[in-house]
Amino acid sequence: MTWLSIIIAGILTYFTRMTMIALVDRDMLGEKIKAVLAYVPSAVFPAIIFPAIFINDYGAYIEMSDPKIFGAIVAIIVGYFSKNVIATIFSGLISYWFIIFLLV
Amino acid sequence: MLSKKKLFTKGMLDVAPHMLSVIPFGIICGAIGVELGFDPYLVYGMSIIIFGGASQIVFLQLLSGGASSLVAVTSVGVINSRHLLYGAVLSEYLEKLSFIKKLLISYLIVDQGFAESNKFFKKNKSEQYLHYHLIGTGATLWICWQISTLSGIVLGSFVPDELGLKFAIPLTFIAIIVQDLKRIDHVIVMLVSGISALVFLNAPFKLYIIISPIIALLIAGLISRFKR
Repeated sequence: MTWLSIIIAGILTYFTRMTMIALVDRDMLGEKIKAVLAYVPSAVFPAIIFPAIFINDYGAYIEMSDPKIFGAIVAIIVGYFSKNVIATIFSGLISYWFIIFLLV
Repeated sequence: MLSKKKLFTKGMLDVAPHMLSVIPFGIICGAIGVELGFDPYLVYGMSIIIFGGASQIVFLQLLSGGASSLVAVTSVGVINSRHLLYGAVLSEYLEKLSFIKKLLISYLIVDQGFAESNKFFKKNKSEQYLHYHLIGTGATLWICWQISTLSGIVLGSFVPDELGLKFAIPLTFIAIIVQDLKRIDHVIVMLVSGISALVFLNAPFKLYIIISPIIALLIAGLISRFKR
């Protein structure tokens, strides 16, 4: 039963990946839609980022003094100026660890 | 004109930094499945059949919490519906491929791979074998996902909880969009998306994952109308 659910969930997921690429002709999308699609990364990823930072494991909002907020700010600054993915992730993690291991 | 091999390798290198978050996440995902009491083969089977990190964890958590299969499957569909948006963006660059190749390459589309390949595509529109970059990012993520979930299943969560490595996940996505903070229109779209996600967090079936991007894209539509 669980296997069946997984297979259905897998087919569903595959369709979300395949539909627009294989079944929809790009010409069907007008210029306006194309202009809006340029915003897809900016529209999708914050919906993952915000809850991951501001909500804790128990579904409640974190305090403004939470080390995750400090880590995220450092990552944004380092990422903005370095344009480097590794530097962004590491700077965020290290500043987060710095607070949870050394200061608390 | 870059060779297929060069493009494939470029894709691998471009997505490699994201392994910092993908690998710990895969280990956690595999370990959680086993801890929740599911058959290890089943937990691993999901990595091949579904191949979508967050949705795999949610699926198992819902089932173990007593939710019906229908609810669990629907949630997976909702969480992964964001791939429709990725596909719409990528279709421009993949339109010359044969139908079969489109079907095959679709399996490999994941957040970080989409993000890195999309960045590369925008700058290198004229390359003939552009899709090899996407195969490079997708294959790298696929292999790492398989190895990391498998090791989580076999070894348990050997990454110490205290390290808080879950925090690497938002950091990866920050790294993806941080350069767009230069542009005020993108900043507005990001804030709308992020705040909507917090507002709709408790909507059923994890609907916030798709409601928020849709709201943000509607705002983006308004913005692009004003820009002209």
